[in-house]
Amino acid sequence: MRPFSYVRAGDTGTAIALVRARPDSVFLAGGTTEVDLVRQDVLRPGLLVDISDLPLDLIEDLPDGGLRIGALARMSDVARAPGVIERFPVISQALVLGASAQLRNMASMGGNLCQRVRCSYFRDPASPCNKRDPGTGCSALDGVNRGHAVLGTSDHCIATHPSDVAVPLTALDAVVHTSGPGGERAIGIDGFFLLPGDTPQREHPLEHGELITAIEVPGAPVAHRSVYLKFRDRQSYEFALASVAAAVRIEDGAIAEVRLALGGVGTRPWRARRAEAALLGQPAGAASFAEAARQELAAATPHPMNAFKVELAQRAIVRALSTLTDGDR
Amino acid sequence: MNTDIISPPVERGPETGTVALTVNGQARELRIEPRVSLLDALREHLGLTGSKKGCDQGTCGACTVWVDGRRVLACLTLAVACEGREVTTIEGLAADGALHPVQAAFVEHDAFQCGYCTPGQIMSAVKLLEEGHAGDDAEIAEWMSGNICRCAAYPNIRAAIRGVRDAVEGER
Repeated sequence: MRPFSYVRAGDTGTAIALVRARPDSVFLAGGTTEVDLVRQDVLRPGLLVDISDLPLDLIEDLPDGGLRIGALARMSDVARAPGVIERFPVISQALVLGASAQLRNMASMGGNLCQRVRCSYFRDPASPCNKRDPGTGCSALDGVNRGHAVLGTSDHCIATHPSDVAVPLTALDAVVHTSGPGGERAIGIDGFFLLPGDTPQREHPLEHGELITAIEVPGAPVAHRSVYLKFRDRQSYEFALASVAAAVRIEDGAIAEVRLALGGVGTRPWRARRAEAALLGQPAGAASFAEAARQELAAATPHPMNAFKVELAQRAIVRALSTLTDGDR
Repeated sequence: MNTDIISPPVERGPETGTVALTVNGQARELRIEPRVSLLDALREHLGLTGSKKGCDQGTCGACTVWVDGRRVLACLTLAVACEGREVTTIEGLAADGALHPVQAAFVEHDAFQCGYCTPGQIMSAVKLLEEGHAGDDAEIAEWMSGNICRCAAYPNIRAAIRGVRDAVEGER
């Protein structure tokens, strides 16, 4: 592990100024990705600015029925917050199905959104990787890509976004609040996670020294009936091969409102807007679920080792929607 | 947002410096670099070798300790980041020479073979019981999934946890 310096910031303004002052400085929160990648020589920071003491860990219920989750709230605390369990079960479930109890006690919500990909070539400094070393090429295109993405890929990167909780946050139109040298701003989650395109090194629009302060989830009564389903090689403590965050409201046997997002299959948490559009007004049943899933995955660009994900994701969508609507049919 | 540095904190490293930790209730001072993990600080600098280094990348759970009463991975925690926090290791679990009930249950139920993962399993299991996630075997398996046992002593580990759970419930 390369040497680095360390400083613990006592207030948000100081933390931002300290990172801003050095191009090789980074924020340190839970450290579950960062310490690992520094040890593996994938990240090479000169200064770690520890933000753990900043007062950004509140989990608040908002008057509109929404949530405001402080960026430093730990995954485990968010998962068990009563307001999350009651009004956004899909968020609680996604958190509990991610990582392990120890990691969930460490990892912050802001850090979760900023976590780096699990692509083994990104994590191996000896391999070409456009995300780690732009312009060197993508080793995964012709490599071991069983876990890689089939949606939102480019010729430059096919790494899967690894977060579970970002999937329901995407389905529920969360907003990422930041503070930085240019002041405070709010970034809709669609604009927060960037497609790789020809700049896979750029995963989100944050400037150097811009800090996530909170994640807001707007009130959404539809989320009261919601579920997160995750399919993976092991029953626990493993990243998704495919996952689904779904929320649905049925009126007179037809789908009146639906939120759908996929994990494990996209280069970013994947809002399934085609499927949502196909489902609206349709009867709640396996046939309409399967047709919507087919339309969403029609744009998939699989590779030989991950082609199974196209079918798996469709079945996952059908299973999630069936799970939510079984009592209505 | 005011982004001036209003309270300049002390920058440490990259060279060796003094780090003050509280481990198992005792104040300890170490001379280490900021890059030293909590696990290496415990094992190599404080002689507390109960916490084990299995993977050193956050996947095996053998290094599980408590920081401020929460189970975490010492291999992905920087020692310097633990200043001002309470660190508890397996060495701090027994009180006055008597095994902690979970330690005793691991012995009683033969919940290990090689024993390498055992300190992490026990530090995790005590918290699992406190968290109330020992309802049934499936729940125990899910909430202990961050602790890998290469010998696959899982059935006996679950039996030990059930034993403590039932004994505690019997007292109520």
